[in-house]
Amino acid sequence: MEKFTTFSGIAVPLQRSNVDTDQIIPAVYLKRITKTGFEDALFASWRNDPEFILNDPVYKHASVLVAGPDFGTGSSREHAVWALRDYGFKAVLSSKFADIFKGNSGKQGLIAGEITDEDTQKLWDAILANPGVEISIDLVQRTATLGDLSVEFSIDEYTRWRLLEGLDDIGLTLRDESSITDFEARRPNWMPKTLPALGAK
Amino acid sequence: MTKSNLTLAEKVWNDHVVVKGENGAPDLLFIDLHLIHEVTSPQAFDGLRLAGRPVRRPDLTIATEDHNTPTIDINKPIADPTSRTQIEALRHNAKEFGIRIHSLGDIEQGIVHVVGPQLGLTMPGITVVCGDSHTSTHGAFGALAIGIGTSEVEHVLATQTLPLKPFKTMAINVDGKLRAGVTSKDIILAVIAKIGTGGGQGYVLEYRGSAIRDLSMEARMTICNMSIEAGARAGMVAPDQITYDYLKGRVHAPTGSNWDEAVKYWDSLATDKDAVFDEEVFLDANTLDPFVTWGTNPGQGVSLNDVVPSPDSFTDPNDKAAAVRALEYMDLVAGTKMKDIKVDTVFLGSCTNSRIEDLRAAAAILKGKTKAANIRMLVVPGSARVRLEAEHEGLDKIFLDFGAEWRFAGCSMCLGMNPDQLAPGERAASTSNRNFEGRQGKGARTHLVSPLVAAATAIRGTLSAPADLEEN
Repeated sequence: MEKFTTFSGIAVPLQRSNVDTDQIIPAVYLKRITKTGFEDALFASWRNDPEFILNDPVYKHASVLVAGPDFGTGSSREHAVWALRDYGFKAVLSSKFADIFKGNSGKQGLIAGEITDEDTQKLWDAILANPGVEISIDLVQRTATLGDLSVEFSIDEYTRWRLLEGLDDIGLTLRDESSITDFEARRPNWMPKTLPALGAK
Repeated sequence: MTKSNLTLAEKVWNDHVVVKGENGAPDLLFIDLHLIHEVTSPQAFDGLRLAGRPVRRPDLTIATEDHNTPTIDINKPIADPTSRTQIEALRHNAKEFGIRIHSLGDIEQGIVHVVGPQLGLTMPGITVVCGDSHTSTHGAFGALAIGIGTSEVEHVLATQTLPLKPFKTMAINVDGKLRAGVTSKDIILAVIAKIGTGGGQGYVLEYRGSAIRDLSMEARMTICNMSIEAGARAGMVAPDQITYDYLKGRVHAPTGSNWDEAVKYWDSLATDKDAVFDEEVFLDANTLDPFVTWGTNPGQGVSLNDVVPSPDSFTDPNDKAAAVRALEYMDLVAGTKMKDIKVDTVFLGSCTNSRIEDLRAAAAILKGKTKAANIRMLVVPGSARVRLEAEHEGLDKIFLDFGAEWRFAGCSMCLGMNPDQLAPGERAASTSNRNFEGRQGKGARTHLVSPLVAAATAIRGTLSAPADLEEN
């Protein structure tokens, strides 16, 4: 994974709460077996509406999404993060993220930064006053800066470290392989086993 | 190790820590059971192949086909080429990596969260993961069951562990006795309406109290299933005799001295008397009505005896804006009686309510009744085995005589990845778990309901409770 330190790009206000992952990417796009090329699927249903904010040419190349609370609720589909990433988003700011979405973001190098409701409103106002304005995301300082306005965002410290270092989770875990082997030796016998298959033939 | 102030969730967690995280790092947890389906796994297997990694524990992994599978003509090739490709990819990956798979046509095929418990693989005190948010279902057994993303699926395949951040604990206390016609689905819809879709964020919920103790395993699964709809990481119920009775004799349940050893351990899992939850919520079962949703997230629910709420009744500006938007999408007017809402389709199915008890409960109401003329009703059992069991009991005949369609097992209309979808503007009473915009089909409108409300609605054509049938 690439290291992430700072980034600047166009900010887009998504003034909705409860943006669930079915909205971020409808289920029909989940049939693909690839991990890239989901940009067409992002907000597919909403993008049919000419009034939808991403259809405004000013925001076409936006890369920082500022959304209402409870972003990424619902289905665990990591495709939601892939679609945001493939469209070009590097960061999402919201006052509240669903846990699974937040975890998935961390795996793919998409910043899911938590800001206050008050700062969300300030950012929305600032963007709408100056559409197409760029915002700078600084993962080292944990700040989002837009002109004179600078807000702090929070992100889980471990995820931040991993993103700053560009480290892969599986590689990190495999450093502890001997501990896993020790643990496996201690597991009780009653624990479930899927193999061999028992019962019906 | 014998601290006496731990919750159920903390006990299961502590017993699975492989490496304790230091300096803010997450704990590394061992995963006892990994369930796989076709939608969220292909990219994970690709990742393994790219890195040249094997599946560490095929013997703790099991796959089934559910999201894309058709519910009619299952003996024919799957018509949609992309669905077919995805299912073929799962079959190929299972074979290549030595993973047991239950494919379409197999008696154990079905919705992944119905299959695990039915095989006796889901047990108290274990950790369960699946690339599906409704993995929370398995918490009904006192397992710590967590839905994960595809990167995490790959992580578990490669290492049989998962780095997880510590959680907070929330007790959902439900005391009293449910009235006739009120079910566990109504409990969980009321809980979500109370705490909101983000109310459980960062928490593992533990459902407690006399009303929970009275519930069957299948009813507990319905509650835990929708924990994710409150944003929770997991939902759990402490195991008891009802849990053991359900498990004993299932093909993968422990036997002999293993069973005795397991029960001894399971008996130790209940939350200690001196344990303190980070948060407590209380719900009175005695006064609970059948609950239904009016909006486009599962927290937008009311009593079936209530009316569509006015956006002005919400103080939070985000809730108010969401209500305005939801009413527009749902084509509803504030003040309309919920029972006056006319529906087009009734869907009885999904990992929330497709088990044998759900089918029995609905069939008992439908027996000898006639379907409302405007209604289409789909009955989709959770697994091939549930379907067979229902047919042994003659439930299929009741559904068919009523005028419902009796389908093969799968996720079906819950999310419409197969051809079972609602048309634009079509309105459904659905026993599933999500009423999101477009979830059951583009432009489709969903009201989440219990199997009892689904059945009564199919008879009357408008959202109804079984009690409404007696008034006729």
